[in-house]
Amino acid sequence: MNNILRKEVLTPEIKLFELECPLIAAKILPGQFVVIRSYEKGERIPLTVADVNKEHGSIIIIFQEVGKSTAYLGTLKKGDEIIDVIGPLGKPSEIKIFGTVVCIGGGVGIAPVYPIIKALKKKGNRIISILGARNKELLILENEIKKFSDELYITTDDGSYGKKGFVSDELKRLINEGRKIDRVVAIGPSIMMKVVAEVTGPYEIKTIVSLNPIMIDGTGMCGGCRVEIGGETKFACVDGPEFDGHLVNFDLLMKRQAIYLKEEEESFAKFKKEGV
Amino acid sequence: MGKPSPEKTPIREQSPKERIKNFNEVPFGYSPEEAILEAKRCLQCKNKPCVKGCPVEVDISGFIKAIAEGDFLKSIKILKEKNILPAICGRVCPQEDQCEKVCTLAKIGEPVAIGRLERFAADWEAEHGKIEIPKRPQSTNKKVAVVGSGPAGLTVAGDLVKLGHSVTIFEALHKPGGVLIYGIPEFRLPKAIVMREVDYVKKLGAKLTLSFVVGKLKTVDELLKEFDAVFIGTGAGLPWFMNIPGENYNGIYSANEYLTRSNLMGAYLFPEYDTPIVRGKQVAVIGGGNVAMDSARTALRLGARHSMIIYRRSRVEMPARIEEIEHAEEEGVEFNFLTLPVGYHADSKGWVKEMECLKMRLGEPDASGRRRPVPIEGSNFKIPVDAVVVAIGQSPNPLVPSTTSGLETGKYGNIITDEQTGKTSKRGVFAGGDISTGAATVILAMGAGRIAARSIDKYLRTEE
Repeated sequence: MNNILRKEVLTPEIKLFELECPLIAAKILPGQFVVIRSYEKGERIPLTVADVNKEHGSIIIIFQEVGKSTAYLGTLKKGDEIIDVIGPLGKPSEIKIFGTVVCIGGGVGIAPVYPIIKALKKKGNRIISILGARNKELLILENEIKKFSDELYITTDDGSYGKKGFVSDELKRLINEGRKIDRVVAIGPSIMMKVVAEVTGPYEIKTIVSLNPIMIDGTGMCGGCRVEIGGETKFACVDGPEFDGHLVNFDLLMKRQAIYLKEEEESFAKFKKEGV
Repeated sequence: MGKPSPEKTPIREQSPKERIKNFNEVPFGYSPEEAILEAKRCLQCKNKPCVKGCPVEVDISGFIKAIAEGDFLKSIKILKEKNILPAICGRVCPQEDQCEKVCTLAKIGEPVAIGRLERFAADWEAEHGKIEIPKRPQSTNKKVAVVGSGPAGLTVAGDLVKLGHSVTIFEALHKPGGVLIYGIPEFRLPKAIVMREVDYVKKLGAKLTLSFVVGKLKTVDELLKEFDAVFIGTGAGLPWFMNIPGENYNGIYSANEYLTRSNLMGAYLFPEYDTPIVRGKQVAVIGGGNVAMDSARTALRLGARHSMIIYRRSRVEMPARIEEIEHAEEEGVEFNFLTLPVGYHADSKGWVKEMECLKMRLGEPDASGRRRPVPIEGSNFKIPVDAVVVAIGQSPNPLVPSTTSGLETGKYGNIITDEQTGKTSKRGVFAGGDISTGAATVILAMGAGRIAARSIDKYLRTEE
């Protein structure tokens, strides 16, 4: 179970695994996620699923190595087994005919926005995709997303590819050009989603974001992933992970994402020195 | 034989000073000599009030008689006829409200230490490697899915495999045991013991599938296509919060999260284990039940200088077991009674630093029969804190009820279940434990599991 069928190094820090998980592959829908535990003393970490191969009975996960758990995961090879892959978790994305949907992916957040783009396009929406990365090297899934997009715009922080700037700049441009936008889906770093929601807010364009708070079980049991939506506490794992971006308390989300920064650093440093 | 001693044979324990520095179990357990001495206190009454006091009808005087005679193997056999988790029940059952409460000796002094003797017999068996697996009866070719591997699910599974049915347990977490593994701390119930008891259920013939979230990966309706009956024992996994200002500040946990981090994920051993936990110096735990005591005692072991229980009623209304309260007191947990948190204050980075409270007084008795706490207006005061654990209860986890067609639920999302049979509103689906009753005890969940197993067996044989 949970064998790594294929491994790709997309960028030095971003890796792709195709995992043999037939039961999950049969069930998972765009927007849902899995929780992974990669060795006995490891954490449970939530990861969004970028694609499904029903024929192989497999799912594709794409992750960035940001700390010990993801760095260790990145050391696994084709043929290795991941001890726990739990899912599908969370609610699926709403896939309907909305009209023109702007789909925004930032950094490794491009991975979870990809299946949503695919599903929305197949449903009959017009898709404008905006992808952002720190630099050209870190941009993923450009060709895959191009196939399902009517228009595609790319930004990099350093201008090494596409336009220099942020995804929100491109979104602003489209809005200022008077383009009809019926919905925005934005997945990426919390600060990116916050800015996107701030851009669309005054125009009342429905904006869906996918939140990535700290989680443990992913089944609504611990409440570690609680977020504030329109002043109400919700559990991202079971009530989300997608929410109306205009209602999300992003400042609280970002503060809560930083709870274990110190411990994460300590753990990562220990891993670099000693391994697991 | 002379008159029995009016007091229980004392049990040796780690001293409070020592034990707050480790997560090892507090009591050491009886030696064979101590167990025999204590077993001999039992009067072997003809009417056996203790058996009626036990939710799973263990032949208590029978197993105690075997201990008194030094036949420990016989004693564990008698125990296991009715209770497949004796090492756990011996440790966490509220015996003082059940078997020991009605013990004849309790009328003249202390009751027989039934819990300690139960624990002794189970531990003795494990230590001497003589765990006996009863022969499996002929297969009935009936398949049962058990959802959740907590005390209810394990009991149902154990009882049904003994009757010849094929049983698969589905557990959402990566380790089996439910609340026994994620909720109850190591110092009260060592995890190795939980694994031992789970292993016994597996040896009886139950299959166990971990990391399988029923309701997501497969619904109960889908399970019914593969299985002849389904038992839902998914517990009370939805933590309550107070919905007061600032409750989402950093450092504020539900008890479920705090204990899950420490127990299931091994956060008390960070960084050897990857999962971290906030090691507060001034920890406030809100609530007066066993979960609150477990949290406050965990906080001490994680290095808290002050571990405080914040409870809105007074000491006598606390629902925790007396033994847990006493252990917490011995270890230095501070009790703040008649205190109600009303909000939190944080620093600029969002970390909780103060809890604002109101003083309460006790008014007239409420529906629970306990005197209702009434806030004293204008009595606001602040307690400095750097971690908070909200342990005010939990309700049934909605994941399974909300994804199952035709399953009636009650006010708190509990599955409506016939108490006599464990039947739900859906044919072929049974339920028991906290998912039906709301948060209760391990032994009540096991009792419900026993009842459900009987009626599942009947259903499988007669379609009734």
